[in-house]
Amino acid sequence: MNMNNTIIDQPKYINPYLGGVLLGLLILATVYITGRGLGASGSIKSAVVTTSNTIAPEATKANSYMGKFVSDDHSPMYTWLVFESLGVLLGGLLSGIIFGRTKKFRTDHGPKITSKRRWIYATIGGALFGIGSQFGRGCTSGAALSGTATFALGGVIVMFAIFGTGYVISYFFRKMWI
Amino acid sequence: MGPLIPNGIIGGGWDFVIAILIGVAFGFILEASGFSSSRNLAGVFYGYNFVVLRVFFTALIVAMVGIIYFDFLGWLDLSKIFILPTFLTPMIVGGVIMGFGFIIGGYCPGTSFTGIAIGKLDAVFFTVGLYLGIFAFSLAYPLFEGFFTSGALGNVTLTDVTGIPAHWFALAFTVVALAAFWGTMFIEKRVRKNMKQYKF
Repeated sequence: MNMNNTIIDQPKYINPYLGGVLLGLLILATVYITGRGLGASGSIKSAVVTTSNTIAPEATKANSYMGKFVSDDHSPMYTWLVFESLGVLLGGLLSGIIFGRTKKFRTDHGPKITSKRRWIYATIGGALFGIGSQFGRGCTSGAALSGTATFALGGVIVMFAIFGTGYVISYFFRKMWI
Repeated sequence: MGPLIPNGIIGGGWDFVIAILIGVAFGFILEASGFSSSRNLAGVFYGYNFVVLRVFFTALIVAMVGIIYFDFLGWLDLSKIFILPTFLTPMIVGGVIMGFGFIIGGYCPGTSFTGIAIGKLDAVFFTVGLYLGIFAFSLAYPLFEGFFTSGALGNVTLTDVTGIPAHWFALAFTVVALAAFWGTMFIEKRVRKNMKQYKF
Protein backbone atom coordinates (compact mmCIF):
# COMPACT_ATOMS: atom_id res chain seq x y z
CA MET A 1 0.00 0.00 0.00
CA ASN A 2 1.35 3.35 -0.97
CA MET A 3 1.01 5.86 1.80
CA ASN A 4 1.50 9.12 0.00
CA ASN A 5 -0.02 8.72 -3.41
CA THR A 6 -3.49 7.32 -3.86
CA ILE A 7 -4.12 8.31 -7.43
CA ILE A 8 -1.56 7.13 -9.91
CA ASP A 9 -1.27 8.68 -13.31
CA GLN A 10 -3.74 11.33 -12.27
CA PRO A 11 -5.04 12.70 -15.53
CA LYS A 12 -5.07 16.42 -16.03
CA TYR A 13 -8.34 17.55 -14.60
CA ILE A 14 -9.17 21.19 -14.24
CA ASN A 15 -9.40 22.63 -10.75
CA PRO A 16 -12.80 21.54 -9.34
CA TYR A 17 -13.63 25.07 -8.18
CA LEU A 18 -12.86 26.41 -11.65
CA GLY A 19 -15.07 23.65 -13.08
CA GLY A 20 -17.79 24.69 -10.65
CA VAL A 21 -17.58 28.36 -11.56
CA LEU A 22 -17.73 27.50 -15.28
CA LEU A 23 -20.69 25.17 -14.71
CA GLY A 24 -22.48 27.82 -12.65
CA LEU A 25 -21.93 30.43 -15.37
CA LEU A 26 -23.20 27.94 -17.94
CA ILE A 27 -26.42 27.39 -15.93
CA LEU A 28 -26.81 31.15 -15.63
CA ALA A 29 -26.28 31.63 -19.37
CA THR A 30 -28.67 28.78 -20.16
CA VAL A 31 -31.41 30.25 -17.97
CA TYR A 32 -30.75 33.72 -19.41
CA ILE A 33 -30.96 32.51 -23.01
CA THR A 34 -33.57 29.74 -22.89
CA GLY A 35 -35.46 30.38 -19.65
CA ARG A 36 -34.72 26.78 -18.58
CA GLY A 37 -31.84 24.88 -17.07
CA LEU A 38 -29.70 21.97 -18.19
CA GLY A 39 -30.86 18.38 -18.39
CA ALA A 40 -29.90 14.85 -19.33
CA SER A 41 -32.43 12.13 -18.51
CA GLY A 42 -35.06 13.75 -20.74
CA SER A 43 -33.13 12.80 -23.86
CA ILE A 44 -33.19 9.11 -22.92
CA LYS A 45 -36.93 9.41 -22.34
CA SER A 46 -37.21 10.83 -25.87
CA ALA A 47 -35.25 7.84 -27.16
CA VAL A 48 -37.59 5.46 -25.33
CA VAL A 49 -40.70 7.15 -26.71
CA THR A 50 -39.21 7.25 -30.22
CA THR A 51 -38.29 3.56 -30.39
CA SER A 52 -41.59 2.56 -28.83
CA ASN A 53 -43.47 4.78 -31.28
CA THR A 54 -41.60 3.24 -34.22
CA ILE A 55 -42.21 -0.36 -33.18
CA ALA A 56 -45.76 -0.02 -31.85
CA PRO A 57 -47.28 3.40 -32.58
CA GLU A 58 -50.79 2.50 -31.41
CA ALA A 59 -49.65 1.07 -28.10
CA THR A 60 -47.37 4.06 -27.53
CA LYS A 61 -50.16 6.58 -28.08
CA ALA A 62 -52.40 4.51 -25.84
CA ASN A 63 -49.78 4.42 -23.06
CA SER A 64 -50.84 7.11 -20.65
CA TYR A 65 -47.21 8.16 -19.99
CA MET A 66 -45.51 7.94 -23.37
CA GLY A 67 -48.64 9.17 -25.16
CA LYS A 68 -48.04 12.61 -23.65
CA PHE A 69 -44.75 12.95 -25.52
CA VAL A 70 -45.95 11.78 -28.93
CA SER A 71 -46.90 14.50 -31.37
CA ASP A 72 -48.07 14.25 -34.95
CA ASP A 73 -45.97 17.04 -36.40
CA HIS A 74 -42.51 16.06 -35.22
CA SER A 75 -40.51 13.13 -33.89
CA PRO A 76 -40.00 12.91 -30.11
CA MET A 77 -36.28 13.09 -30.91
CA TYR A 78 -36.76 16.65 -32.15
CA THR A 79 -36.56 18.19 -28.69
CA TRP A 80 -34.19 20.61 -27.00
CA LEU A 81 -32.76 18.07 -24.56
CA VAL A 82 -31.87 15.57 -27.29
CA PHE A 83 -29.80 18.20 -29.08
CA GLU A 84 -28.26 19.31 -25.81
CA SER A 85 -27.32 15.72 -24.96
CA LEU A 86 -25.68 15.25 -28.37
CA GLY A 87 -23.71 18.36 -27.46
CA VAL A 88 -22.72 16.76 -24.14
CA LEU A 89 -21.30 13.77 -26.00
CA LEU A 90 -19.37 16.08 -28.34
CA GLY A 91 -18.14 18.29 -25.51
CA GLY A 92 -17.05 15.28 -23.48
CA LEU A 93 -15.18 13.91 -26.47
CA LEU A 94 -13.54 17.27 -27.13
CA SER A 95 -12.31 17.52 -23.54
CA GLY A 96 -11.19 13.89 -23.63
CA ILE A 97 -9.14 14.53 -26.76
CA ILE A 98 -7.61 17.75 -25.44
CA PHE A 99 -6.61 16.21 -22.10
CA GLY A 100 -5.61 12.86 -23.59
CA ARG A 101 -8.26 10.63 -22.08
CA THR A 102 -9.71 9.07 -25.21
CA LYS A 103 -7.67 5.91 -25.03
CA LYS A 104 -9.06 2.42 -25.64
CA PHE A 105 -12.38 1.19 -24.28
CA ARG A 106 -12.10 0.56 -20.55
CA THR A 107 -14.14 0.06 -17.40
CA ASP A 108 -13.82 1.81 -14.06
CA HIS A 109 -14.48 -0.45 -11.12
CA GLY A 110 -13.56 -0.85 -7.47
CA PRO A 111 -10.57 -3.04 -6.58
CA LYS A 112 -12.77 -5.84 -5.21
CA ILE A 113 -14.97 -6.42 -8.24
CA THR A 114 -14.40 -7.45 -11.86
CA SER A 115 -15.31 -5.44 -14.96
CA LYS A 116 -18.13 -7.84 -15.75
CA ARG A 117 -19.65 -7.42 -12.32
CA ARG A 118 -19.32 -3.67 -12.70
CA TRP A 119 -21.28 -3.81 -15.97
CA ILE A 120 -24.13 -5.65 -14.24
CA TYR A 121 -24.20 -3.11 -11.42
CA ALA A 122 -23.99 -0.22 -13.89
CA THR A 123 -26.99 -1.56 -15.79
CA ILE A 124 -29.03 -2.05 -12.62
CA GLY A 125 -28.00 1.37 -11.30
CA GLY A 126 -28.85 2.97 -14.62
CA ALA A 127 -32.29 1.37 -14.62
CA LEU A 128 -32.93 2.62 -11.08
CA PHE A 129 -31.73 6.09 -12.02
CA GLY A 130 -34.03 6.03 -15.04
CA ILE A 131 -37.06 5.10 -12.94
CA GLY A 132 -36.17 7.58 -10.18
CA SER A 133 -35.66 10.42 -12.63
CA GLN A 134 -39.24 10.05 -13.85
CA PHE A 135 -40.65 10.33 -10.32
CA GLY A 136 -38.19 13.14 -9.58
CA ARG A 137 -39.16 15.08 -12.72
CA GLY A 138 -35.52 15.17 -13.70
CA CYS A 139 -32.14 13.81 -12.69
CA THR A 140 -29.08 15.34 -11.09
CA SER A 141 -28.76 17.88 -13.93
CA GLY A 142 -32.36 18.88 -14.55
CA ALA A 143 -33.84 18.63 -11.06
CA ALA A 144 -31.06 18.70 -8.46
CA LEU A 145 -28.71 21.17 -10.16
CA SER A 146 -30.86 23.40 -12.39
CA GLY A 147 -33.88 23.11 -10.09
CA THR A 148 -31.96 24.16 -7.00
CA ALA A 149 -30.14 26.92 -8.91
CA THR A 150 -33.51 28.46 -9.75
CA PHE A 151 -34.62 28.03 -6.11
CA ALA A 152 -37.30 25.48 -7.02
CA LEU A 153 -38.50 23.56 -3.96
CA GLY A 154 -38.63 20.35 -5.99
CA GLY A 155 -35.00 20.71 -7.02
CA VAL A 156 -33.86 21.02 -3.42
CA ILE A 157 -35.95 17.99 -2.41
CA VAL A 158 -34.45 15.85 -5.19
CA MET A 159 -30.90 17.02 -4.41
CA PHE A 160 -31.17 16.13 -0.70
CA ALA A 161 -32.96 12.87 -1.46
CA ILE A 162 -30.28 11.70 -3.93
CA PHE A 163 -27.22 12.63 -1.90
CA GLY A 164 -28.83 11.84 1.47
CA THR A 165 -29.74 8.36 0.27
CA GLY A 166 -26.27 7.93 -1.21
CA TYR A 167 -24.61 8.62 2.13
CA VAL A 168 -27.06 6.46 4.10
CA ILE A 169 -26.64 3.39 1.90
CA SER A 170 -23.00 3.81 0.81
CA TYR A 171 -21.77 1.62 3.68
CA PHE A 172 -23.76 -1.37 2.43
CA PHE A 173 -22.38 -1.09 -1.08
CA ARG A 174 -18.78 -0.29 -0.13
CA LYS A 175 -17.38 -3.50 -1.65
CA MET A 176 -18.30 -2.12 -5.07
CA TRP A 177 -16.03 0.87 -4.68
CA ILE A 178 -13.39 0.60 -1.96
CA MET B 1 -34.29 41.58 -21.04
CA GLY B 2 -33.87 37.85 -20.57
CA PRO B 3 -34.81 35.08 -20.95
CA LEU B 4 -33.88 35.80 -24.57
CA ILE B 5 -35.72 33.04 -26.43
CA PRO B 6 -39.03 33.17 -24.48
CA ASN B 7 -38.98 36.96 -24.90
CA GLY B 8 -38.47 36.62 -28.65
CA ILE B 9 -35.11 38.44 -28.64
CA ILE B 10 -33.47 35.38 -30.17
CA GLY B 11 -35.68 33.64 -32.72
CA GLY B 12 -36.95 30.13 -31.99
CA GLY B 13 -35.09 28.87 -35.06
CA TRP B 14 -31.83 29.12 -33.14
CA ASP B 15 -33.15 26.86 -30.41
CA PHE B 16 -31.41 23.67 -31.49
CA VAL B 17 -28.14 25.34 -32.45
CA ILE B 18 -28.01 26.88 -29.00
CA ALA B 19 -28.97 23.51 -27.47
CA ILE B 20 -25.97 21.83 -29.08
CA LEU B 21 -23.58 24.64 -28.08
CA ILE B 22 -24.80 24.60 -24.48
CA GLY B 23 -24.50 20.81 -24.49
CA VAL B 24 -20.92 20.98 -25.77
CA ALA B 25 -19.99 23.37 -22.98
CA PHE B 26 -21.79 21.20 -20.41
CA GLY B 27 -20.08 18.00 -21.60
CA PHE B 28 -16.70 19.70 -21.75
CA ILE B 29 -16.93 21.04 -18.19
CA LEU B 30 -18.13 17.70 -16.80
CA GLU B 31 -15.40 15.72 -18.53
CA ALA B 32 -12.63 18.19 -17.81
CA SER B 33 -13.60 18.14 -14.11
CA GLY B 34 -13.28 14.34 -13.98
CA PHE B 35 -16.98 13.41 -14.04
CA SER B 36 -16.39 10.88 -16.80
CA SER B 37 -15.01 8.42 -14.23
CA SER B 38 -17.42 6.55 -11.99
CA ARG B 39 -14.67 6.07 -9.42
CA ASN B 40 -14.24 9.81 -9.12
CA LEU B 41 -18.00 10.26 -8.74
CA ALA B 42 -18.48 7.49 -6.16
CA GLY B 43 -15.62 9.01 -4.16
CA VAL B 44 -17.97 11.63 -2.77
CA PHE B 45 -19.83 8.92 -0.84
CA TYR B 46 -16.70 7.21 0.48
CA GLY B 47 -14.61 10.25 1.23
CA TYR B 48 -11.71 9.61 -1.11
CA ASN B 49 -12.66 12.14 -3.77
CA PHE B 50 -14.91 15.13 -3.20
CA VAL B 51 -14.75 16.50 -6.72
CA VAL B 52 -18.54 16.09 -7.10
CA LEU B 53 -19.25 18.19 -4.02
CA ARG B 54 -16.75 20.88 -5.06
CA VAL B 55 -18.01 21.28 -8.60
CA PHE B 56 -21.69 20.88 -7.76
CA PHE B 57 -21.78 23.29 -4.82
CA THR B 58 -19.59 25.89 -6.54
CA ALA B 59 -21.85 25.76 -9.60
CA LEU B 60 -24.93 26.18 -7.42
CA ILE B 61 -23.51 29.19 -5.59
CA VAL B 62 -22.46 30.90 -8.83
CA ALA B 63 -25.79 30.21 -10.55
CA MET B 64 -27.90 31.22 -7.53
CA VAL B 65 -26.02 34.46 -6.89
CA GLY B 66 -25.95 35.17 -10.64
CA ILE B 67 -29.69 34.77 -10.99
CA ILE B 68 -30.30 37.08 -8.03
CA TYR B 69 -28.02 39.75 -9.57
CA PHE B 70 -29.54 39.35 -13.03
CA ASP B 71 -32.95 39.89 -11.44
CA PHE B 72 -31.69 42.85 -9.39
CA LEU B 73 -30.14 44.51 -12.46
CA GLY B 74 -33.32 43.91 -14.45
CA TRP B 75 -31.61 41.63 -16.98
CA LEU B 76 -33.77 38.59 -16.32
CA ASP B 77 -37.53 38.36 -15.90
CA LEU B 78 -37.85 35.66 -13.24
CA SER B 79 -41.56 35.27 -13.92
CA LYS B 80 -40.67 33.88 -17.33
CA ILE B 81 -38.14 31.26 -16.30
CA PHE B 82 -39.09 27.64 -15.82
CA ILE B 83 -39.53 26.58 -12.21
CA LEU B 84 -39.47 22.83 -11.72
CA PRO B 85 -42.89 21.74 -10.42
CA THR B 86 -42.95 20.11 -7.00
CA PHE B 87 -44.64 16.78 -6.36
CA LEU B 88 -43.72 16.18 -2.76
CA THR B 89 -43.76 12.42 -2.08
CA PRO B 90 -43.07 11.28 -5.67
CA MET B 91 -39.97 13.48 -5.75
CA ILE B 92 -38.68 12.17 -2.43
CA VAL B 93 -39.25 8.60 -3.63
CA GLY B 94 -37.64 9.44 -6.99
CA GLY B 95 -34.63 10.98 -5.27
CA VAL B 96 -34.20 7.93 -3.02
CA ILE B 97 -34.37 5.59 -6.03
CA MET B 98 -31.82 7.81 -7.82
CA GLY B 99 -29.59 7.65 -4.72
CA PHE B 100 -29.55 3.85 -5.05
CA GLY B 101 -28.96 4.22 -8.79
CA PHE B 102 -26.02 6.53 -8.15
CA ILE B 103 -24.26 4.21 -5.67
CA ILE B 104 -24.95 1.01 -7.61
CA GLY B 105 -24.51 2.48 -11.07
CA GLY B 106 -21.67 4.90 -10.33
CA TYR B 107 -22.94 7.58 -12.70
CA CYS B 108 -25.82 9.92 -13.19
CA PRO B 109 -27.29 10.41 -16.68
CA GLY B 110 -25.30 13.50 -17.78
CA THR B 111 -21.99 12.16 -16.51
CA SER B 112 -22.57 8.78 -18.16
CA PHE B 113 -22.80 10.54 -21.53
CA THR B 114 -19.34 12.03 -21.02
CA GLY B 115 -18.09 8.61 -19.88
CA ILE B 116 -19.31 7.12 -23.15
CA ALA B 117 -17.63 9.93 -25.07
CA ILE B 118 -14.20 8.87 -23.80
CA GLY B 119 -14.74 5.12 -24.04
CA LYS B 120 -15.92 4.03 -20.58
CA LEU B 121 -17.81 0.77 -20.99
CA ASP B 122 -19.47 1.00 -17.58
CA ALA B 123 -20.99 4.29 -18.76
CA VAL B 124 -22.40 2.53 -21.82
CA PHE B 125 -24.03 -0.11 -19.60
CA PHE B 126 -25.36 2.60 -17.29
CA THR B 127 -27.02 4.38 -20.22
CA VAL B 128 -28.51 1.11 -21.48
CA GLY B 129 -29.87 0.67 -17.95
CA LEU B 130 -31.33 4.18 -18.05
CA TYR B 131 -33.14 3.33 -21.25
CA LEU B 132 -34.48 0.05 -19.84
CA GLY B 133 -35.54 1.73 -16.59
CA ILE B 134 -37.46 4.50 -18.32
CA PHE B 135 -39.07 1.96 -20.66
CA ALA B 136 -40.14 -0.21 -17.74
CA PHE B 137 -41.44 2.87 -15.92
CA SER B 138 -43.55 3.87 -18.95
CA LEU B 139 -45.06 0.41 -19.32
CA ALA B 140 -45.88 0.16 -15.62
CA TYR B 141 -47.08 3.78 -15.41
CA PRO B 142 -50.84 2.99 -15.25
CA LEU B 143 -50.17 1.09 -11.99
CA PHE B 144 -48.95 4.15 -10.12
CA GLU B 145 -50.40 7.04 -12.10
CA GLY B 146 -52.25 8.26 -9.00
CA PHE B 147 -49.10 8.30 -6.90
CA PHE B 148 -47.03 9.90 -9.69
CA THR B 149 -49.20 13.02 -9.75
CA SER B 150 -49.84 13.17 -5.99
CA GLY B 151 -48.54 15.88 -3.68
CA ALA B 152 -48.61 18.51 -6.44
CA LEU B 153 -47.65 21.93 -5.09
CA GLY B 154 -47.22 23.58 -8.49
CA ASN B 155 -44.15 25.42 -9.80
CA VAL B 156 -43.11 26.75 -6.42
CA THR B 157 -39.81 28.23 -5.29
CA LEU B 158 -38.37 28.16 -1.77
CA THR B 159 -39.52 31.76 -1.42
CA ASP B 160 -43.10 30.88 -2.40
CA VAL B 161 -43.20 28.20 0.29
CA THR B 162 -41.40 29.95 3.15
CA GLY B 163 -41.81 33.64 2.40
CA ILE B 164 -38.07 34.10 2.95
CA PRO B 165 -36.41 36.09 0.10
CA ALA B 166 -34.19 34.09 -2.28
CA HIS B 167 -30.97 35.90 -1.36
CA TRP B 168 -31.14 34.48 2.17
CA PHE B 169 -31.22 30.99 0.75
CA ALA B 170 -28.26 31.81 -1.49
CA LEU B 171 -26.36 33.17 1.50
CA ALA B 172 -27.17 30.17 3.72
CA PHE B 173 -26.23 27.84 0.93
CA THR B 174 -22.92 29.61 0.36
CA VAL B 175 -22.02 29.38 4.05
CA VAL B 176 -22.86 25.66 4.16
CA ALA B 177 -20.93 25.04 0.94
CA LEU B 178 -17.81 26.86 2.16
CA ALA B 179 -17.90 24.88 5.41
CA ALA B 180 -18.26 21.68 3.40
CA PHE B 181 -15.31 22.62 1.13
CA TRP B 182 -13.16 23.18 4.19
CA GLY B 183 -14.26 20.09 6.13
CA THR B 184 -14.05 17.64 3.25
CA MET B 185 -10.49 18.72 2.54
CA PHE B 186 -9.41 17.02 5.78
CA ILE B 187 -11.65 14.00 5.34
CA GLU B 188 -10.26 13.41 1.85
CA LYS B 189 -6.67 13.59 3.04
CA ARG B 190 -7.31 11.11 5.85
CA VAL B 191 -9.24 8.61 3.73
CA ARG B 192 -6.71 8.70 0.90
CA LYS B 193 -3.91 7.82 3.31
CA ASN B 194 -5.50 4.47 4.06
CA MET B 195 -6.61 3.63 0.58
CA LYS B 196 -5.26 1.56 -2.23
CA GLN B 197 -4.33 3.46 -5.31
CA TYR B 198 -6.66 3.72 -8.19
CA LYS B 199 -5.97 4.14 -11.81
CA PHE B 200 -8.13 5.94 -14.31
